[in-house]
Amino acid sequence: MKHFLFTSIAIFLFSIYYAQDQNWGQFTGNFQGDFQYYVQDSLIDAPSVPERFLMNSFANFNYSAGKFSAGFRYEGYLNTMLGFPNAGNINDGVGIPYRWAGFAADNFEITVGSFYEQFGNGLTLRTYEQKLLGIDNALDGIRIKFNPTSGIYLKGLVGKQRYYWEKGAGIVRGIDGEFHLNDIINKWKDNSLRLILGGSFVSKYQKDDNPIYVLPENIGAGAGRIAINYKGFNINSEYSYKINDPSADNNYIYKSGQALLINATYSQKGFGVLLGTKWVDNMSFRSERDAGLTDLSINQLPEITRNHVYSLTAYYPYATQPTGEWGMQAEVFYNFKRKTPIGGKYGTNVSVNYSRVQGITKTPINDTTPIGLAGTSGYTNTFFSIGDSLYFQDINLEINKRWGKNLKMLLMYQNLKYNYDILRGTNEKLIVNAHVAVIDLTYKFKSTIALRGEFQALFTDEDKGDWALATLEFNIPKWFINISDNWNYGNSNPDKRVHYFNTGVGYTSGASRIQLSYGRQREGITCVGGVCRAVPASNGVFLTISSTF
Amino acid sequence: MVFVNQHLKNMRNIILLVVITIFCNSILGQDIPSIQIKDLTGKPANIQELVQNDGKPVILTFWATWCKPCIKELEAFNENFFDWQDETGVKIIAVSIDEARSISRVAPFVNGKSWEFDVYTDENSELKRAMNVNDPPFLFILNGEGKVVYQHSSYMEGDENHTYEILKKIVAGLPIE
Repeated sequence: MKHFLFTSIAIFLFSIYYAQDQNWGQFTGNFQGDFQYYVQDSLIDAPSVPERFLMNSFANFNYSAGKFSAGFRYEGYLNTMLGFPNAGNINDGVGIPYRWAGFAADNFEITVGSFYEQFGNGLTLRTYEQKLLGIDNALDGIRIKFNPTSGIYLKGLVGKQRYYWEKGAGIVRGIDGEFHLNDIINKWKDNSLRLILGGSFVSKYQKDDNPIYVLPENIGAGAGRIAINYKGFNINSEYSYKINDPSADNNYIYKSGQALLINATYSQKGFGVLLGTKWVDNMSFRSERDAGLTDLSINQLPEITRNHVYSLTAYYPYATQPTGEWGMQAEVFYNFKRKTPIGGKYGTNVSVNYSRVQGITKTPINDTTPIGLAGTSGYTNTFFSIGDSLYFQDINLEINKRWGKNLKMLLMYQNLKYNYDILRGTNEKLIVNAHVAVIDLTYKFKSTIALRGEFQALFTDEDKGDWALATLEFNIPKWFINISDNWNYGNSNPDKRVHYFNTGVGYTSGASRIQLSYGRQREGITCVGGVCRAVPASNGVFLTISSTF
Repeated sequence: MVFVNQHLKNMRNIILLVVITIFCNSILGQDIPSIQIKDLTGKPANIQELVQNDGKPVILTFWATWCKPCIKELEAFNENFFDWQDETGVKIIAVSIDEARSISRVAPFVNGKSWEFDVYTDENSELKRAMNVNDPPFLFILNGEGKVVYQHSSYMEGDENHTYEILKKIVAGLPIE
């Protein structure tokens, strides 16, 4: 840890020294602290917390002066809040796990230290941070970006990934090129057909110290992508391939992996449509073979389902199954213009979304070897084969309408099918079929004084049965108060028909925000950007403070 | 002992420099970093060039298709956009931080809403990070010289009135508190 601190101070000293010729440069940053005091609550199975009080916090400090920039992030988990990855208390502590310095000239850029990067859609490489999920797989190493001529963008990197306060065992090397043909070929400059081609190659190295198997030490993954744009049409597609990569994720089979992603959209003012499909087979890619959960992922396989925001529409969220899945999504957006029969005085905005995910077909390699047996080539299959097993389906309709000057309304209906066994790793032969309805109303008393009421209901015969949720939120300039109750009234066990009552107050001034809440939090799954974490039930006082400077 | 004193002196100088740096920033306003984002056709654009607006103010705001308050903020901006533009010449740049999962939704979503201002994407949150944004919605207002003169986190009903007041102050050459 000391080492990090000294590096950071050295970076800072250098920046300030350099800054003297550059009008002092610029110093910016942000801070966030989340604090929770836990109360034991056996009714909702909220675990007892020996420390009683837990904290997650971070602060970024960035410095830039002309072509030079540098920064670091302090993080503190004393101790890590419940529901964040922290097996064996690996995440507890304070330190500076993220620090970097960079130099950018007109057509090239060098970064040393920690960095985040994404190649294409991320099928071969994506490092990122998501504080809400406790994910940070930043690379620590060197990255070079080079833009030799207009329309050509090249990147190269080498590094090791962050693993809590340490680094993963594997070394990650990658190159990526993106070619915007309309900027490269002079004749195409003003063409309304725009074409972008791209490709990437990523390889990881990890020593083979496995006593049972002879494992490949260098594993490569490559991807090619194309984006076509013509007037309102957009097609974006990427295919990636990975050589055999025996790991804990695939039960140590010697089988290559593949992934395909296609998204096509058309839109013009007032109308938009999206069609997408995805096929994934054995594409988990981590810089350490035995890593699990959200640790040390090199790539990211995005979900092809809608990312819901209302609590009960997101109660059964989907997560990509990297061992194999096929999915599709279709969505239509339409704006009924004002002063039409459906549009009314202010216009009506509607969207319909449908998505479905199934397994893929896998055939045993011979009559005696079961599918996925460790140490074998696992199974065989054909490209884009679709299996019978339903993983997930979501049909939803959203209507946004304004009634008069002061009242706005959002209506939403959702029907979903959720394969509990596949998505939660259980064996109960359970497919949850649920209907969800949401009404969200905002009434303005004055231009800056408003009351919002949010009413949600989830109906299902499976799992924990029916839920209802009501929230009221009142805001005046800079302040809000809210009160909310989430009631599991349909639980088949009458003792578990619990109310999750919660109330809070918040204050915002410019770029600073403080929010205090008290009450029960339901057990559930929080998903951001396609990755989920399980959040245990809790009861207590929660405080969050954030600021940007 | 001499070494320790020297060390303390150095530390004092460093602290002094940092304080001066922050002080200078607060007077001059923050510059926008040089980061590439993409338009809705996938064409890269440097944010430093995008915020050029002939000496008139610019609103730079971070949002996502899955962020309800962000959408409310942008709906409010859209309702006022032409009036604000007539009065202050403001340019609105809405930067979506949607990731690979939902980035394809951005163009049909924006058109489906009939939004009139410019929308860009920051797929791996590079600009968001460089500008120290915690969570969306997060708003920056830039003056005619392209310096950040105001930042605001979150959106509540009526916040757009305050945004409008600041735009008018910038145009009138009045100081922003």
